[in-house]
Amino acid sequence: MVNIMWLLMLLGGIIIAGFTGDIEVVTKSIFNSAEKAVAVTINLMSIMTFWLGMMKIIEKSGFIKIIIFILKPIARFLFPGIPRGHRAMNYVLMNMSANLLGMGNAATPFGIKAMEELQKINPHQDTATPEMCTFLAINTAGLTIIPTTVIALRSATGSSNPSEIVVTTFIAAFCSTGVAIIFDRLFRHYQKWKGTL
Amino acid sequence: MNFTSLVEALSAWAVPSFLLIALVFAWFKGSKVFDDFVEGAAEGFSTAVKLMPFLVGMMVAIGLFRDSGAMKYLGIVLQPVLIKFSVPHELLPLALMRPVSGSSALAITAEIMQSTGPDSMLGRMASTMMGSTDTTLFVLTVYFGAVGIKKTRYALAVGLIADLAGILASVYVCNLFFN
Repeated sequence: MVNIMWLLMLLGGIIIAGFTGDIEVVTKSIFNSAEKAVAVTINLMSIMTFWLGMMKIIEKSGFIKIIIFILKPIARFLFPGIPRGHRAMNYVLMNMSANLLGMGNAATPFGIKAMEELQKINPHQDTATPEMCTFLAINTAGLTIIPTTVIALRSATGSSNPSEIVVTTFIAAFCSTGVAIIFDRLFRHYQKWKGTL
Repeated sequence: MNFTSLVEALSAWAVPSFLLIALVFAWFKGSKVFDDFVEGAAEGFSTAVKLMPFLVGMMVAIGLFRDSGAMKYLGIVLQPVLIKFSVPHELLPLALMRPVSGSSALAITAEIMQSTGPDSMLGRMASTMMGSTDTTLFVLTVYFGAVGIKKTRYALAVGLIADLAGILASVYVCNLFFN
């Protein structure tokens, strides 16, 4: 599905650019975006280095056990396939708490490490496991207690009450997370039933 | 202290206080904190480098789709559907962009706030929409890319369905709260 979507975006872009008579936009746009992507990678590099260092401190000092204790009931329900005591769960939980606290740039490094640990218990290295899909579903739904970026933007554009959207945002994100978990389970059971899982 | 400044203080304090607690805890446990830090941080570089091809590929496709105007045409095609769900047509570009590109969606949100004001109904809906869901395609690219997963099963479908739910919920909840 990702392959088809990627192909359609590129083909659609080139064809529309041709029809609207602005074909130069194609090369310009490609080089622009490629440059931006490299900038994002470098930006990620600095953030990842710092937070993975912090993660090691948290893990070795045993602080992780406190976080696990708090979030474990939810995590057990969401990720029944992660073996007890496996490190994948540590990273999954750190990612979830960083997301909830609105620490978006801390969540990504933990999320990537979680995927690497999940990959170690994956029997088919090129195919996503159900646990990975659930993890992705939660992350794309993006449940946050404090949407920091939006509050900052509202402040910057002169809102009289920048944080009045915190409650509505939480409810909306709660809905989308709920829908994500439900559909994730439905697809999972459907594939199991069809025998492709 | 009113609600706004409380929330602003909370978000400003979240990361620093988390770091403080984690570090003090490690100190009391007698960890060699700097040694541990360096050991973990060593993995940062290689992990990020592995992501680069995935990011370049995806961001080029998204950029071209947007810059060529194809995104706009898709919006025109989808307009009747969203109107049926009472999503204001001014929010259509944001609704379409939100799952695809976080920075473009943020730019659109900023534009809506500047033109209609952040405290207008549209401004509030746009804020809620922007804050209540994450950039599905980015998350998918980064997380699956990092471990070389090629067959993603139903992950994209679930992400997009959740985005739709988030968009519709934003409109309904704002109508409920601010009317």
